[in-house]
Amino acid sequence: MSDPMGFLLWVKGPALDGALAIFALGMLARLVEIFMLGRKPNYAEPKGGEWGPGFKTILTRSVTDPGTFARAPFNVVVGWIWHLGFLIALLLFIPHIELFKGVLGIAWPGLPNPVVDAITAITILALIATLVHRLQHPVKRRISTREDYVVWAVTFLPLLSGYLAYHRLVNPYPLILGLHILSVELFLVVFPFTKLTHVFTAFIARWYNGAIFGRKGVES
Amino acid sequence: MAASKTLGERLREHGVSRRGFLKFCAATASMMALPPSMAPAIAAALEKARRPSVIWLSFQECTGCTESLTRSFSPTVEDLILDVISLDYHHTLQAAAGHQAEAAREQAMKENHGEYLLIVDGSLPGPDANPGYSTIAGISNYQMLKEAVAGAKAVVAVGTCAAFGGLPAAAPNPSGAVSVMDIVKDKPVINVSGCPPVPMVITGVLAQYLVFGKLPELDEYHRPLAFFGQSIHDRCYRRPFYDKGLFAESFDDEGARKGWCLYRLGCKGPSTYNACATMRWNSGTSWPVESGHPCLGCSEPKFWDAGGFYAPLSAPLGSPGNTLLAAGIAGAVVGGAAAAMARKRAAKAETERQPVKIDELEQKL
Repeated sequence: MSDPMGFLLWVKGPALDGALAIFALGMLARLVEIFMLGRKPNYAEPKGGEWGPGFKTILTRSVTDPGTFARAPFNVVVGWIWHLGFLIALLLFIPHIELFKGVLGIAWPGLPNPVVDAITAITILALIATLVHRLQHPVKRRISTREDYVVWAVTFLPLLSGYLAYHRLVNPYPLILGLHILSVELFLVVFPFTKLTHVFTAFIARWYNGAIFGRKGVES
Repeated sequence: MAASKTLGERLREHGVSRRGFLKFCAATASMMALPPSMAPAIAAALEKARRPSVIWLSFQECTGCTESLTRSFSPTVEDLILDVISLDYHHTLQAAAGHQAEAAREQAMKENHGEYLLIVDGSLPGPDANPGYSTIAGISNYQMLKEAVAGAKAVVAVGTCAAFGGLPAAAPNPSGAVSVMDIVKDKPVINVSGCPPVPMVITGVLAQYLVFGKLPELDEYHRPLAFFGQSIHDRCYRRPFYDKGLFAESFDDEGARKGWCLYRLGCKGPSTYNACATMRWNSGTSWPVESGHPCLGCSEPKFWDAGGFYAPLSAPLGSPGNTLLAAGIAGAVVGGAAAAMARKRAAKAETERQPVKIDELEQKL
């Protein structure tokens, strides 16, 4: 592990296994607990279904309402840009698809490298903008906790190191590739214990919202 | 033994033209990243160079490195440079055998003490390993290396086994194989890695030594920067296809026929530093990627243990799918237990609840 190639093999092997284990254990523990605790039984007569309105709300709540947009256009626009950019870089870069194939055994078509590269550059800039905005906005700065900055950093580092690795801006290459993989492992390790869990819980919460309203026969 | 004739005289004797010789010097200059104006200086220095004594030790190796060197389509200047160095001991190439061979080695070491160049191919069982795994004339590799290094000016480790341990050192490394660099700490070591190395890289290092009388600039793995300074990926003629995202996905699909990038077929070019893409093999005829095969990364440390040759560079090692499944199941059990305990606590609180009426409270107050 003392040389770049040894380091790369370590992050691709034991370190990846460890990070995936912490991620899966932590995330499954949280999700199963959420589902098993469930909600209090509602004895009132249902006025409508739960499943349909639940899934509908997952979609409708993903689209920002005009009021929120008017109040915080930066949050909406930059938030959408970097979330989409992050997902594209993660899921549609061909070397990443090969990684998913290696872990999950499934693959899908990817985007040409220059397209992913451009999207990654935009995503990096958007993430920097969110940090600057957070630091400059008096209210946001006040309500930001240490966890917010940790979450920002572990999200930003994989993008930055991936960009540096793709453009081969750090020599030797095994070192920067290893650092990129290590940054993703850091992301996976902190994931179940921070607000990064919103990747899963946001959709569960939206479903519950829709389901509650649906049962009452109200549109959400 | 160092003879009186200069390299220039010997090359002329072998019928190498002045033009051919100068071409080699120009190529050497460019390989070493020197300005073209240095070519005449290289020619002049090489012309005057005396045959240096070279002792070549072969340990745990497959002879592929020697094969590579001797199969470089002759007659090339590289071949002849090897002809005209005084290769005083090389147990595969020399005519002598047994005691005579060992006597030749001892004599060369004595006569050229402090001056000879020691070339090693193959790894060797380390000081703590059983020396019986590899011996020559009853002498352990470790002991022979120690003795030979004592009088050497410098050591050149040829091939990945000598440079990094290579195949013998691959997991589980039954013979306790180590590299030359692991043993030799008090003399300069130059690693010319590759399985086998490009022949011209070996002769290039020798030429540089003859011309400048000093050893080349090295990278962190002790490899000459002139040859190992750039990655296969950065010099690959298929690189534009990588940049465009055009990949061969099997060895006989349309992409493979069109010569697209071999990343998805396991090419280790991005993480491999070597001169194959520029110097190529068999007198510049071709090289693995040009013939449609991904780079195996043979000039890098631990290349035998770096995952499958046909698994892409980004693919994980081991079986993370199983890890994910096992940890997921364990997580579900933990989550289930936590939820069950929370429910139990809530139910217990419900049964132990002691309702108090307002007038009871008022009485107490």
